[in-house]
Amino acid sequence: MQPNHAEAADSRAYVTLMMGEQLCGVPVLVVRDVLAGQMIARIPLAPPEVAGNLNLRGRIVTAIDLRCRLRLPPRPGHIKPMSVVTEQGPELYALLVDQVREVVSLRIADMERNPPTLPPNWAEHSLGIYRVDQQLMVVLDVEKLLQFDTVLAA
Amino acid sequence: MDDLLPEFLTETNEALAELDLALVKLERTPDDKATLSLIFRLVHTIKGTCGFLGLPRLEHVAHAAENVLGRVRDGELTVTPAVISLILGSLDRIKAIVAALGATGAEPAGDDSAIIAALNRAAAGDLAAEPAEAAVAAPAAPQPAQDTPPADNQVGSQTIRVTVDVLEELMTLVGELVLTRNQLLQLSRAQGTSAFSAPLQRLSSITSDLQEGVMKTRMQPIGNAWNKLPRLVRDLAQETAKKITLEMRGQDTELDRQVLELMRDPLTHMVRNSADHGLETPEERRAAGKPETGRILLNAYHEGGHIIIEVSDDGRGLDVARIRDKALSKGLATEAELAAMTDTQIRAFIFRAGFSTAAAVTAISGRGVGMDVVRSNIERIGGTIDLTSVFGQGSCFTIKIPLTLAIVSALIVSAAGERFAIPQISVMELVRVGREVGKVPDRSNSLAPIPMEETDDAVGAGMSIEHIGQTPVLRLRDRLLPLISLGALLRMEEGAAQPKSTTVVVTAAGSLMLGIVVDEVFDTEEIVVKPVAPILRHVTMFSGNTILGDGSVIMILDPNGVARSAGVSSRSGPAAAPAAPATAASEERVALLLFRASNQTTPLAVPLSLVARLEDISIAKIESSANGFVTQYRGRLMPLIAMDPDKFTFGGDKAGEPAGQAQTDPTQPVLVFADGDRSMGLMVDAIVDVVHDRLRIEIGAPRPGLLGTAIIDGQAADVLDTGHWLTTAWRDWFGGGQDKAATRRRVLVVEDSDFFRQLLVPTLSAAGYEVTAASSAAEALRLRDGGLMIDAIVSDIEMPDIDGLGFARMVREAGPWAALPMIALTGRGGAAEAERGRDAGFTDYVEKMQRDLLIESLRQCLSNQAGLMDMALN
Repeated sequence: MQPNHAEAADSRAYVTLMMGEQLCGVPVLVVRDVLAGQMIARIPLAPPEVAGNLNLRGRIVTAIDLRCRLRLPPRPGHIKPMSVVTEQGPELYALLVDQVREVVSLRIADMERNPPTLPPNWAEHSLGIYRVDQQLMVVLDVEKLLQFDTVLAA
Repeated sequence: MDDLLPEFLTETNEALAELDLALVKLERTPDDKATLSLIFRLVHTIKGTCGFLGLPRLEHVAHAAENVLGRVRDGELTVTPAVISLILGSLDRIKAIVAALGATGAEPAGDDSAIIAALNRAAAGDLAAEPAEAAVAAPAAPQPAQDTPPADNQVGSQTIRVTVDVLEELMTLVGELVLTRNQLLQLSRAQGTSAFSAPLQRLSSITSDLQEGVMKTRMQPIGNAWNKLPRLVRDLAQETAKKITLEMRGQDTELDRQVLELMRDPLTHMVRNSADHGLETPEERRAAGKPETGRILLNAYHEGGHIIIEVSDDGRGLDVARIRDKALSKGLATEAELAAMTDTQIRAFIFRAGFSTAAAVTAISGRGVGMDVVRSNIERIGGTIDLTSVFGQGSCFTIKIPLTLAIVSALIVSAAGERFAIPQISVMELVRVGREVGKVPDRSNSLAPIPMEETDDAVGAGMSIEHIGQTPVLRLRDRLLPLISLGALLRMEEGAAQPKSTTVVVTAAGSLMLGIVVDEVFDTEEIVVKPVAPILRHVTMFSGNTILGDGSVIMILDPNGVARSAGVSSRSGPAAAPAAPATAASEERVALLLFRASNQTTPLAVPLSLVARLEDISIAKIESSANGFVTQYRGRLMPLIAMDPDKFTFGGDKAGEPAGQAQTDPTQPVLVFADGDRSMGLMVDAIVDVVHDRLRIEIGAPRPGLLGTAIIDGQAADVLDTGHWLTTAWRDWFGGGQDKAATRRRVLVVEDSDFFRQLLVPTLSAAGYEVTAASSAAEALRLRDGGLMIDAIVSDIEMPDIDGLGFARMVREAGPWAALPMIALTGRGGAAEAERGRDAGFTDYVEKMQRDLLIESLRQCLSNQAGLMDMALN
């Protein structure tokens, strides 16, 4: 998943993806793989945001349902999730998103801070906002998304 | 050549190569603190190891170089090319000596005084006087360097150091290769024979070999972790002026290198401890009547998928009194707490942080870092450590660790549509049962039990799951096996169509037997255990996850975790909140049957293992006789006892009974206790539940028939004294009056566990013996010396301080009891155990809880004199 256009010093490439109606982005450098149509094995007793396990070329990847993590309504049945695989230390995680779109290169200077009115479920995991093709894109904080201590403590 | 030398050479050559690079780097960036400390550390290590191995030339050169580096590191000397050259010069010298060492196995003769002097001068700051050339040029290139061409290659040729990452990567790749192979094989099978078949077959076997080979790269003999110990013990013996032999057995026992690495330090520490604290000086040993030379024994062997490592010594053993004092003075426990502790618990203090019993802290050990670290290291890899010790005779640490953290053989099962792996090692057997629950075959006509033959190869409806309250159980060969449904336990919604028959996987988690109900059982597979993601670590029911041959990812069940969850949450059922994490895995839980009787609200409890059967007896079949109520059971008359005849009503309260009881044929729930070939039935109102809990009786017996009251599953319950009821039944049965004190046989019971003592004493009393109980061998011996006269001894084997075997030897040695029959009770079966027991002097050997066998054994042992008894028992 190397971007075609090299990252310039003043810009950053993002993989854009859809969560419901919302456009989101994750830095291309943290994305290891993008998968579709994977078999995901359920894990009983797991926290609700853990959708299950999947096998990525011999490695076990923990699938995180991003809708659940962002406290969005459950994914309608007709949408088949896609997985954005990312590495966190020695562990691999797959973020289940509704749809993965193109890679865009955006100028760092154009990133805007979260508006204070952003609902907490988004604000908690957003690094900032970009304007992309008339749409607003939330830059997801992948590291934060994969920190579960707070979830487990609750 | 010293065993350690090749390893030293490999290490030193690596360090030297690294040093060359680092020194050159330092020359370019003199202020680089990290590089400087790396250099210092490397040289220091070389010096240290040389000293350890007794290589004086190397040591002196390295020491001088270290001095210079030390000054540089402390900022007292600046890094100049001259300093670097000097150090490089000394490294060249070290290399030359190491090369000769590799070739001949000994340090070459030679004179290093010039280079050492140059280094010392540099260290003193007098660098100008001696330019670098002098140090490097003059004494360099000693003869050995020419005599011994490529020493590095000789050392390097036998082993290659490979990083673990490479091995892990290989392992992953092989895993994928196996997957691909499996897919190919499946395709080929569908195609029938083709030109591909033969090469595919070859590919398949090569893949298997490759997989095995890669797995083997991870296995190492445990001797690798031991090879430094003989030297260590030798040096310790000299330093402490003791005579010590180190005996090592089972060096070839292989285990995973990851486990091995983690065990290396703990083992070293324990051997050091044994040598330093455990063994006495020759004088002390002579005075104690022991051979002068103390012995440390290291023993490793496989036992059921685990490796057992024993570290034992024949030293002074642990002084419980001193540990107690120490624990008190360190504030680790209060006096009251200590008073309530057993010796075993007190000994366990040595595993606490900051605890050291050595009166004097020596250079070798005794600084209070140690056994706590040892234990936590062992526990981190899923192992356990146990300690037995007899004061004055020695100590033995037993470490049990898993063979590998990586590969296990597992049974693949499914529940609620998901597959799981159960490690084969904990699976005892598989039993197929019919799922039908409510309709227990009506046994009111024939009270005969299910014949054994049918039980053994039960298929389909041969056996069925029954319920006690909400708790499913299975009758398996006359035992009630608690069951837990995997689907319910994992809170997975059951599939709409329940399978007609189901399978019970009988597992042993510690001492607890548990049946796990699954929908389907597939194959066994060798699986590669991968740790679960951190987010799932709190789910203790899984020990890992794995990828199966077909590429799917499944979870590996931890039977211990399952048992813990079952024990804690069995009452709450599937819908309840998540089970609280079990507090301590080590606490011994027993399956307890809770029931109600005599219209009392407080439930009663009895260990499930004591109950032979649960029966619903048709009230029509209960007859009244001069001896009270009886029924025909298994072709004989069985007395039926009510706990409180005044308040007793047949059938109990209907509300408490399981649903689906036939209204037309009222039945009476009965707990059947069997002893020998005799049984009695206790009529109860209703069976409430089966729970797993510790049985600790808190309040003494309020009245006969009860042992006392305990907290069971969070509520108070009266614990049944089965012995009392057996006596009641039997007295009635035999018309009473058979027991004249003069003719009763006297039995001494030696048992450290309160629980078993409380079970044994009533049981034996019920069987007509006059019972004296002792909680330790020492107490028993005191009774002997106090003049107690008995006819037989029943003793536990596993006891603190003096175990059963030691006790038997002491009894046999001399004294009034020397010729008495002695029966050993043990938790562990096996011919070897029994053999050891007989060698120690036991007459017979009976497994704990096998009351029939115990009674029978006692009867046989005493049969010569037991006329009346015989009549009573036949």
